[in-house]
Amino acid sequence: MEKLSPQQIIDSFKKALGDGMIDGKIYEREVAVKKNRYRSLWINVKKEAFRDAVEHICRIQKHPHLAIISSSDLGDNVELIYHFTIYYGNHLEEISLGLRVTLPKKDLTIPTITDLIPGAIFTERETQEMMGVKVTDIPDGRRLFLAGDIPEGVYPWRKDETGPEKYLRVLPGRKPKGKE
Amino acid sequence: MAVNETEKTTYTIPIGPIHPALKEPVQLVLELDGEKVVNTDVRVGQVHRSIEWLGMNRNNPVQSIYLAERICGICNICHPFCLVLAVEQAADIAVPPRAEYIRVIAAEMERIHSHILWAGVAAHEIGFDTVFYLTWRIREEIMDLIELVFGNRVTKAILQFGGVRRDITKEQLPRIRQGLDYYKSIFEQLRRVFLEDETVKMRCRNVGILSREAALKLLTVGPTVRASGVPKDVRQDQAYSAYADLNVKAITPDMVTGTVVGDVYDRIIVRLLEVAQSIQIIEECIAQMPEGPILTESKMPRLLKLLTDAEGEGVGRVEAPRGEDIHYVRMESGVSTLSTWKVRAPTYINLVAIPTILKGMQIADVPIAFASIDPCLSCTNRAIRTDKATGKQSVIDYEEMHRLSVQKTKELMK
Repeated sequence: MEKLSPQQIIDSFKKALGDGMIDGKIYEREVAVKKNRYRSLWINVKKEAFRDAVEHICRIQKHPHLAIISSSDLGDNVELIYHFTIYYGNHLEEISLGLRVTLPKKDLTIPTITDLIPGAIFTERETQEMMGVKVTDIPDGRRLFLAGDIPEGVYPWRKDETGPEKYLRVLPGRKPKGKE
Repeated sequence: MAVNETEKTTYTIPIGPIHPALKEPVQLVLELDGEKVVNTDVRVGQVHRSIEWLGMNRNNPVQSIYLAERICGICNICHPFCLVLAVEQAADIAVPPRAEYIRVIAAEMERIHSHILWAGVAAHEIGFDTVFYLTWRIREEIMDLIELVFGNRVTKAILQFGGVRRDITKEQLPRIRQGLDYYKSIFEQLRRVFLEDETVKMRCRNVGILSREAALKLLTVGPTVRASGVPKDVRQDQAYSAYADLNVKAITPDMVTGTVVGDVYDRIIVRLLEVAQSIQIIEECIAQMPEGPILTESKMPRLLKLLTDAEGEGVGRVEAPRGEDIHYVRMESGVSTLSTWKVRAPTYINLVAIPTILKGMQIADVPIAFASIDPCLSCTNRAIRTDKATGKQSVIDYEEMHRLSVQKTKELMK
């Protein structure tokens, strides 16, 4: 398949997802002496359109690279960004594609993408244990990093009451956070 | 009951978390059929150090650079490099061109040191200890260069938001060139030792094969994916910093042998050629390095104010010796720490491919096959780990030891 420009990729997403796409923006940065540019794309989709969006990325690039899923606690919502890269193999032709999806805390579920990208299993397991986002149909839902003695329902990346605060060790001579 | 009617059973042996063949804590649970590995379960998490949590809750971004340097002893440029790239993107900080070149020189020196170190470890894994001694002696030269330029053998500590902390002076250049010439002069010897030796060939050819298709599906990065014939290298694909000026080409094993097997031997080829490539990149950088400032904002309070006010998000991607390293950063105005900091080290994703690499291997091949991805567990195991073993009386934690220590002092004073 022919390589699309960043703008064409955004247009193709709009066409493929319709209402499911919220917005898309292009980021470019000039570097070093020759002022060459590297490019990244941020695509923001609704939760319902998430699977379609990943399938669309797989159509743009056979075997897209998923670097990581990053997650942020935004108060009422949790934001997941799937950091994809496409078009590897040539100087400065690669494009980073951040697929953003926002989940309300009342319904923290996201479908797995391991059927499309088998290597996503580690990052899905990590997101599940650290952020408390339930990945539905995940083939292996065990914890990845957290030790067994950390109770269920504690999610270290959260900034609300399910965060790890009460399990933190306060060293002798130091006060707990917020009481200094 | 006839033999063919009995159910064939497998048995399971754990390797690690502490094991002589693995230098760092990771547990491989191997399911074996006789001598053959049928399945592998990789268990990580033994050395979590809460690094992302500290960056999100306690440290200001400048302190996080120090912490990022300590994610991994070997990749002490890659991780802070990723972090500064991400934060520079989020806070829109410009970097002087000279600093970009110094960063690249530092990163390439690190790659030479890391790959030669790995070559020694690989030789040791197959019991070829004379080669292990030879490579580690050769590695001393790059350690000396790193010490000369950055003032420290291991942790280089030169990255800062908007540039680097220390310049490379004219007086240092002849010594750097001498070091690079040394590597060029011994490269042929290294090549013969690793690529023509029959023992190395016998132990590494057709061992730990990862096909091109599997490598892409399992999202492998770095020399592991390149050895499977995929020309994927961040320095080429999305050239950051001074790499954008340099036109780096991803190295695949068919450049030497004409074919791609995707085994341990191919991974040796890729790493060996990358040492030569790194030498070339450093030479180009020294030749092309422009004059000028090395830091945009040298006043620390002003930098911290700028970082606290910054609002935005950024992604830093760096080709570490083991593969693509990526940091995602989100910054909110008025928040002195990073709001989100996500670190993905290359070993994290390469471990996903371990069950595929080890499948069908003999137990004796497991150490070299596992070592061939150059696993770095300190990088993988960072994230969150709350320390207190709650409710378990048998665990003596720091407070308890401190209390006992105070008690003993008091008793002695009586």
